[in-house]
Amino acid sequence: MTQATTTPMTLSDEFLHRIRDAHKRRKLTFWERIYLPAIAQGLWVTSVHFWRNLFLHIAHRVGLFRDIPASVTIQYPEEQRQMSPRLRTRHRLMQRDDGTPRCVGCMLCETVCPAKCIYITPGEHPDPNVEKYAKSFDLDLGKCVYCGYCVEVCPEDAIRMDTQRHDIAAFSRDGMWLDIIELLHPGSKTVTEPPRKFVKLELEDFRKLKHDRNAAQGKPVA
Amino acid sequence: MLTDLLIKLALAGLVLFAVLNFAGIQTWVERKQSAIMQDRIGANRASFALPWVWATPINFVLRKLGGLGLLHPLADVIKLLTKEDFTPQTGNRFLHTLAPWISVFFALIVFAAIPFGDHVELFGHTIDLQVAKLDSGLLYILALASIGIYGVILAGMASGTNLSVIGGLRAASQMLAYEIALGVSLIGVVLWYGSLDLQAIVRAQGAYLWGWLPAWGIVIQPIGCIIFVAAALAETKRIPFDLPEGEPEIIGYFVEYSGMKFGLFFLTDFVETTLVAALTTVLFFGGWQIPWLPANAFAPNVMALLGVLAFTFKVSFFLWFFMAIRWTLPRFRYDQLMGLGWKGLFPISLVNIGLTGLLRVLVR
Repeated sequence: MTQATTTPMTLSDEFLHRIRDAHKRRKLTFWERIYLPAIAQGLWVTSVHFWRNLFLHIAHRVGLFRDIPASVTIQYPEEQRQMSPRLRTRHRLMQRDDGTPRCVGCMLCETVCPAKCIYITPGEHPDPNVEKYAKSFDLDLGKCVYCGYCVEVCPEDAIRMDTQRHDIAAFSRDGMWLDIIELLHPGSKTVTEPPRKFVKLELEDFRKLKHDRNAAQGKPVA
Repeated sequence: MLTDLLIKLALAGLVLFAVLNFAGIQTWVERKQSAIMQDRIGANRASFALPWVWATPINFVLRKLGGLGLLHPLADVIKLLTKEDFTPQTGNRFLHTLAPWISVFFALIVFAAIPFGDHVELFGHTIDLQVAKLDSGLLYILALASIGIYGVILAGMASGTNLSVIGGLRAASQMLAYEIALGVSLIGVVLWYGSLDLQAIVRAQGAYLWGWLPAWGIVIQPIGCIIFVAAALAETKRIPFDLPEGEPEIIGYFVEYSGMKFGLFFLTDFVETTLVAALTTVLFFGGWQIPWLPANAFAPNVMALLGVLAFTFKVSFFLWFFMAIRWTLPRFRYDQLMGLGWKGLFPISLVNIGLTGLLRVLVR
């Protein structure tokens, strides 16, 4: 009997007691029951935010206190939040120096893809060390689950998910389709253009594509 | 005779213009104030531009207004006016159309009795700045404000939907509970100032206690003021008393309303908030009185104008205050709401009458 009373209370027992106590409704005090102090507290909190932010908004208009933000809003299409570089965003295909895809058409990504959203048509590459290249490489974002297996499985580091593009929108399911041109040059297709599927390109077409884009952007043409 | 009529018409037009503008601007205030309170920016996208070259300065102003979100009310009105006007098959089309009009009509007509300034002298006419000079203005206001609830009940009943009926009935019982506390809390004011005429009540509030403290209703009737504001906020059917609307559970008495008929209910909400702000000002915060300003500081007409400005300022402050309450407090549960009305506010307001009577006898 004395043994039981002198046994120190274990941590789990103590938590159990605390939980039981918490479940008992505490009797409210007079000031708590008439609500008014709590209402005043709440109004104080919101009013402090209101006047502080109002002052800052006006101050920003005349160019003062620009470094103190008046709101947490990010004006989305104009401003974009900086994402972690590790975040899996929309895919892109890596290029060799001459603009041809780094992909060797080994089909590993198409095979590992759990959503079966990758479609590759391999072609013969003239260089015997490369053996093959992707004539067409299509990715259906409508099916993609963003698991990143294709990136992990690629032996050539030919596909990456680091474009920082996550605003994927389209007018139809077909509009979510990325062909090899869009994958090699992200952002080249606008949302209003009709979708292109299974575009097959020769090595020369890839080189010309890069040449044209560089010329259009005013970059030095190799 | 004709001049008097014209003067009254002009006054009525002025009050209607002011009230509707107050109500309209509140949609903007609601958006912006809630946003700023919650560290957001709020409405800033609605904008349009005129296509002509000569309109460049106009477009500049429009862009600024759009950035402030002031063109949103305009977009709202265009949206509401162009929406389909829908009546459910189970509903009664006539009553369904009548309900919002009753609601908004009785909310607007109440403003006739509210004195928004002293009198001005123009071309030999003495114009009282009050549309209808009623000796029993307070009774008129209470009576008409409670008729407005018929619009809500009718809307609930005429829609022929269960949820809207629940909303209408909730509104009815809520009004019953809070209208009584509202009326009883005002008896203290009437006892003290000895009049039902709102202009007389405002004039009496120009006096000073001990020579320096304005004899405003809030000083003399602090308990009555708190009860009045609580009950009157319940009358406006906004959070924390928005049980008749109850957006997460029943959409409320206006579930089956669309387009401008819904817009009228929306307008009624804001007009009633303005009404409550005006009533609080008149009854408890000195109406158009400016404290510590001698009555002969300026010419009488200038004083009257300053009074109107003071009244507008006070009403604007209370609109801000009520908006702050609406965006701060959570909603009551229905039984808590009824408990607060019947077991809290009503008995306290009865005690307040007793105390006021006692004080009145002692002071006199």
